[in-house]
Amino acid sequence: MSETKSAISVKNLTKKFNHSFIAVDDISFEVAAGSIFAFLGPNGAGKTTTIKILTTLLHPTSGTLLINGLDPVKHPHDVRQSFGIVFQDPSLDDELTAYENMFFHAGLYGVPRGETAGKIQDLLTFVELWDRKDNLVKTFSGGMKRRLEIARGLLHTPAILFLDEPTTGLDPQTRNYIWTYIKKLNEERGLTVFFTTHYMEEAERAAQKVAIIDHGKIIASDTPAAIIASSGTANLEDAFIKLTGRAIREQDATGTDHLRTMARAWGRR
Amino acid sequence: MKTNTLYAIYILWLRQLKRYFRSKSRMLGSLGQPILFLVALGFGLNSVFAASGQGNYIQFLAPGIIAMSILFTAIFSGIEIIWDRQFGFLKEVLVAPVSRFTIMFGRTLGGATVASLQGLLTLIIATAIGFRPDLWMIIPAMFFMILIALVFTALGTAIASTLEDMQGFQLIMNFVVMPVFFLSGSLFPLTTAPAVLQWIAIFNPLFYGVDGMRAVLIGASHFSAWTDATVLVCISAVFLGIGSWLFSKIKA
Repeated sequence: MSETKSAISVKNLTKKFNHSFIAVDDISFEVAAGSIFAFLGPNGAGKTTTIKILTTLLHPTSGTLLINGLDPVKHPHDVRQSFGIVFQDPSLDDELTAYENMFFHAGLYGVPRGETAGKIQDLLTFVELWDRKDNLVKTFSGGMKRRLEIARGLLHTPAILFLDEPTTGLDPQTRNYIWTYIKKLNEERGLTVFFTTHYMEEAERAAQKVAIIDHGKIIASDTPAAIIASSGTANLEDAFIKLTGRAIREQDATGTDHLRTMARAWGRR
Repeated sequence: MKTNTLYAIYILWLRQLKRYFRSKSRMLGSLGQPILFLVALGFGLNSVFAASGQGNYIQFLAPGIIAMSILFTAIFSGIEIIWDRQFGFLKEVLVAPVSRFTIMFGRTLGGATVASLQGLLTLIIATAIGFRPDLWMIIPAMFFMILIALVFTALGTAIASTLEDMQGFQLIMNFVVMPVFFLSGSLFPLTTAPAVLQWIAIFNPLFYGVDGMRAVLIGASHFSAWTDATVLVCISAVFLGIGSWLFSKIKA
């Protein structure tokens, strides 16, 4: 680790697609090490593009960024080693067991082989899935899959955990459960958490700092209390709507979206 | 922590094998077609083949059908990347601290192993049906099976890397896989076929695979086994190269 206090440092980040569409427009923010940071915005505002850039899946068009003091464009492997990620959509292998999914991850991230079994047991116990370790993931509920993904994201002991809408589609009990885990991880292990969500009360409760992005620009970045106060509203949800407007955002469907729709129509393999 | 590339390749290989052995229905299902071809064509055309002075058709056909089952399984293994993308698993792999080439290589080795096993199963079934190969030559025949499997898993990966969804799959079956199979000399001897077909076969990797297997298993071939092996090794190197280049362009 370098001596910088920011786990994530973004300066003047811009991402253009096809030289014309500007998905992310000159944004800057800092995420302090050991903090919980919420990145909010309506659909199509640039959240996912930003996460993809931060997690090395996309290259920025311009601007500088440091993840744990390293440039993801120059040192993609070291940066990848330093964060865990839970994607918006499930990214588990349904045909493998929970344990095998973990084992696979450990192999790809070079977790020392002598430590692998113990770590998998610790983490699966932590997310209360140890008794289901030998079940195929396709038999898991949405909430169980999410917990497994969180456990998997922590397996290589990252310093930052990215969570892209970790609680979407889950019932209030499971959401509550997941936030209890995340807070525990943050408090006990000093894990930096960067998350997106459409549930404003989650951001208000969990995050120490919030940034709101809209049309590719950051329009507010502060503590939840300060954002609520400066917008003169009662809670973060009202502040969010006041800042981003009431119009409903439509997102163009990509090929992958078509594919997912098709998969749902056919039923899971 | 530092990822061990060889271990990562092993892990990716292991995943393909686990998935294969777990889906018994897929394993058995993909044996249906070779059995049908062997029984229907093998017995059905045997007398015609013999009458034209070419000998026993099952002896001639079996290596072709083994190659066919490898071709299909290998292409499918490669194309599975599209499923991985659909079920999100691809992102998990792409964001790992491993190079794209390592990912492509591990997967391809796994898919090729699965396809070779499928070929071996077909060989056993063919023997049960009446194929009489030179038993000692099964080992060099395995070598050809592995080469065929590598070539076409890499091709499947290359194709899958350029597709966004399964819509294009039918196109690949009809314009790549089927022509490769039918124009490889698997079903009929190319020596007596029109010159055009012979010309096309020269550019068909499966032609060398089938020819190589015939060379070792039944001792009758167009080229020598060494020529076939050399050509296949070169093609698999080229396809692995193209496959990993295209795979490295995949967007998560």
